[in-house]
Amino acid sequence: MNISLNVNGRSHTLKIADGNTPLLWVIRDILDLKGTKFGCGKAACGACTLHVDGEAVRSCSYAVKFAEGKEIMTIEGLGTKENPHPVQQAWIEEVVPQCGYCQPGFMMATAALLNKVPKPTDQDIDDNIINVCRCATYYRMRKAIHRAAELHTPKELSETQSS
Amino acid sequence: MKLKFTASVTILLLVGALLAATNGPLTSSVYVTVSSNETIVTNSDEAFDKMMDVLTNKRCVNCHSIDNIPKQGDDCHSHYLRTNRGANNRGFEATNCTNCHQYENNNYSGVPDWVLVAASMYWEGPSRIEIAESIMDSEHSDGRTPEEITHYLTEHELVLWTWKFRVDVIGFPRELAPVSKENYITEA
Repeated sequence: MNISLNVNGRSHTLKIADGNTPLLWVIRDILDLKGTKFGCGKAACGACTLHVDGEAVRSCSYAVKFAEGKEIMTIEGLGTKENPHPVQQAWIEEVVPQCGYCQPGFMMATAALLNKVPKPTDQDIDDNIINVCRCATYYRMRKAIHRAAELHTPKELSETQSS
Repeated sequence: MKLKFTASVTILLLVGALLAATNGPLTSSVYVTVSSNETIVTNSDEAFDKMMDVLTNKRCVNCHSIDNIPKQGDDCHSHYLRTNRGANNRGFEATNCTNCHQYENNNYSGVPDWVLVAASMYWEGPSRIEIAESIMDSEHSDGRTPEEITHYLTEHELVLWTWKFRVDVIGFPRELAPVSKENYITEA
């Protein structure tokens, strides 16, 4: 089957043998965007989080057939080295990662949160950021999320996403 | 002495007869008038029990929780990752049911419109009679009429999920509802 989707602002039409293929494998193996990680494979850890039409989605359990006509954003499309997304900038400032494997998923989840709740409280963070980090960088991530909230305005965020 | 014994026996018999008439089983001398076009269901108790065997099964009750936390698995543990009802029964602003639960996911999960049932519809704790009464009360059944409830209980994909996916996320067998889907639908 053919799947047409937009990833990080670029349109693609892909020939997929099985529409139930997880979107994660299409992103990583066909489009060669390796920032989105495989963790648990059952939508529990969040390492594979990306955005589908602005919503955070666990791509390891999201069949590619549901992505037809959708806008996908991965960590590669969030910002650039020259113009990082406020979440990426905050992550750098707070030196959040340890091993780093799960961090793209956390950053995508955080970007989705800030789109919905621009100034999240600690409770908002507890409720919405439920990914898993085996290095336990949660404390630094919490600081970085608050810092990202200071750095961004909803307008800036939408401009970064559309660029 | 003999007179006292006879009087006591008579009183006991009278009390027994009175109790039987008020609380005891119906006798052939008690009739209920039924109009000619009214259907008489002779096996309603059995139908009720079979339906309730399903409704009180963990595969239903896991989402009819009393504490705003969906449950998972045959041991009814709290949903992993502190998942909670949120403001609209679908989780929180950026993290909600459909972040993970899609129309289809894989061989152990996925159903259209995955959602926690309304808080007023908790079945974790009440008796079967209380559950039945709450189902028929639109205030406690998300505004549904009895007819809508019948359709919901027998046709909604979220309800019929009870008989879908026979293994869990690890691949272990899942306990299914104790009544077959066809039997349940007939009785409901």
